[in-house]
Amino acid sequence: MDKFTKMTGVVAPLDRANVDTDAIIPKQFLKSIKRSGFGPNLFDEWRYLDHGEPGMDNTGRPLNPDFVLNQPRYQGASVLLARKNFGCGSSREHAPWALLDYGFRVIIAPSFADIFFNNCFKNGILPIVADEAVVDRLFGEVAAAEGYSLTVDLQAQTVTTPSGDVIGFDVDPFRKHCLVNGLDDIGLTLQHVDDIRAYEQRRKSEAPWLFQGEP
Amino acid sequence: MAGKTLYDKLFEAHAVRTDADGTALLYIDRHLVHEVTSPQAFEGLRLAGRKPWRVDSVLATPDHNVPTTDRSRGIEDPVSRIQVETLDQNCHEFGITEFGMNDVRQGIVHVIGPEEGATLPGMTVVCGDSHTSTHGAFGALAFGIGTSEVEHVLATQCLIQKKSKNMLVSVDGPVGPGVTAKDIVLAIIGEIGTAGGTGYAIEFGGQAIRDLSVEGRMTVCNMAIEAGARAGMVAVDEKTVEYFYGRPYAPKGDLWDKAVSAWFDLHSDDDAEFDRVVRLDAAAIRPQVTWGTSPEMVVAVDAAVPDPARESDPVKADGMRAALKYMGLEANTPINQIAVDKVFIGSCTNSRIEDLRAAAEVAKGRKVAGNVKLAMVVPGSGLVKQQAEAEGLDQVFIEAGFEWREPGCSMCLAMNADRLEPGERCASTSNRNFEGRQGQGGRTHLVSPAMAAAAAVTGHFVDVREIV
Repeated sequence: MDKFTKMTGVVAPLDRANVDTDAIIPKQFLKSIKRSGFGPNLFDEWRYLDHGEPGMDNTGRPLNPDFVLNQPRYQGASVLLARKNFGCGSSREHAPWALLDYGFRVIIAPSFADIFFNNCFKNGILPIVADEAVVDRLFGEVAAAEGYSLTVDLQAQTVTTPSGDVIGFDVDPFRKHCLVNGLDDIGLTLQHVDDIRAYEQRRKSEAPWLFQGEP
Repeated sequence: MAGKTLYDKLFEAHAVRTDADGTALLYIDRHLVHEVTSPQAFEGLRLAGRKPWRVDSVLATPDHNVPTTDRSRGIEDPVSRIQVETLDQNCHEFGITEFGMNDVRQGIVHVIGPEEGATLPGMTVVCGDSHTSTHGAFGALAFGIGTSEVEHVLATQCLIQKKSKNMLVSVDGPVGPGVTAKDIVLAIIGEIGTAGGTGYAIEFGGQAIRDLSVEGRMTVCNMAIEAGARAGMVAVDEKTVEYFYGRPYAPKGDLWDKAVSAWFDLHSDDDAEFDRVVRLDAAAIRPQVTWGTSPEMVVAVDAAVPDPARESDPVKADGMRAALKYMGLEANTPINQIAVDKVFIGSCTNSRIEDLRAAAEVAKGRKVAGNVKLAMVVPGSGLVKQQAEAEGLDQVFIEAGFEWREPGCSMCLAMNADRLEPGERCASTSNRNFEGRQGQGGRTHLVSPAMAAAAAVTGHFVDVREIV
């Protein structure tokens, strides 16, 4: 996983509540057995006017000019500004894979769905929960200024606006530690092999029926 | 000191270790695997030279991509076929039990886990699928995970977790006749919203929940995630225990007795404190129909499509307008005047034997209406299908004009060939009415199996209580 420390990027505003993972990456693209290459199909049904299927050449497909990511001023955006309950729906990690592959490293919203929120951290994306009033204000500022960028400093837990306003945010210390250092969770957990084995020993004597495989 | 909730008990019993900040290493007893969210996890294991920690904890089956028509020719779509074959190869390589596409025990992971007794009370159950919350119906802690976590559980048998908050949703008193588990859970989501349970584990209680069969409780817990909660659960009672007796993976003999006595502790203590309590009056719940593109956009069948003009929150009103546009509906249209093009009875929410019985009771002696292009019944597993056929339900459906299919996820998310065409309207017993969920441009209305069958035979939504 790529480290995340500090970045500055153009902000794209997605002014819609309850954006679900089916919208982020439609089901037909879930048939891939790879982790990469989902970016061209991010928000596929909103982004293109035709129906997308895996394996298509996306470069020639008709774009929906009304969709925010297709507007010239938001090209190259790496910060997504969103509304509440972003990422609701399925557990598909293809959703953060698609956002990351497109180029987003930060998502700012008033709230996120739990599984999606968790999946972001596993992939080097920082989801930031901000007050609804702050999000409203950012939507206004983004609309008012072309090329509007934010600087996100995970170490300091701050978002800085172009005018120099600093907005603090909370992040779980363990998740921050992993993201700042680009750590692999599995490696961390395997440092506790002895604890896991001891737990298993105890549980096997207390509740042996939990250790039943195919009969 | 306050007593413990069921969730507290389950979480604490599985914490291998807990850091000072509350981050715990949670031991996972059962890991269900399907073809969509696992290939990248197995690939990760291979790249790191790791092996599964406990292969006997894993049970795999292909469900999302499998065809529901004749399987003798395999899977026509080459991309779907590769994904299913990849699961077969991975299970073979790592020594994992898999119920392959042509095994009679194959089915939707959330149907076959309990059916086999592979899901048991008191377990932690995970799967790379958000509807894993289903298994909480048995007093288990069950939740969906992403692919990175699938790999994590395969490699370590554990997950890094922080405890959620506790919510009790109590559905008080008995429901009226003809009101089902699906109506209860849709009414709950309508009440608390799709983010109402975010950050919580929900325990469902109250007389209406206790009165449900275990299959009905599965329907309720299945949709906990549609209320934002990763985990939903119901306390163990006699019905739970009876359900598991004699199932293949369930303990036998002395071990059964020992297990049962442990299971009866799987309930919240009388003095347990919840962070949030929501109460619903069961008697007020009527059969539900969703009208929009989020499960919280739901009303009773005798109501009308809501009017955004009467919504005070502007963001919400915008969302309602967008939903009405997508759904091709006018505000204030009575729900029972909405005609349907297709009917889908199936999915991990409603594809078990009781669901099929409920739908068959409505279909019996009636015919699918002329305006309905397709009405299909997709059993949740090969064994559910077998049972239904033994009871003659397949004949009831076929005589009424329904198609009787092979088991899988099917048109709940349309990863296989079963899907809606743009603009088609569907009465569906599934769990998500998101834009494009059942096919690009498709319009989904979530209902119970009996309500779906009623829509099939009348051609439009109707209060099933008026026709049976």
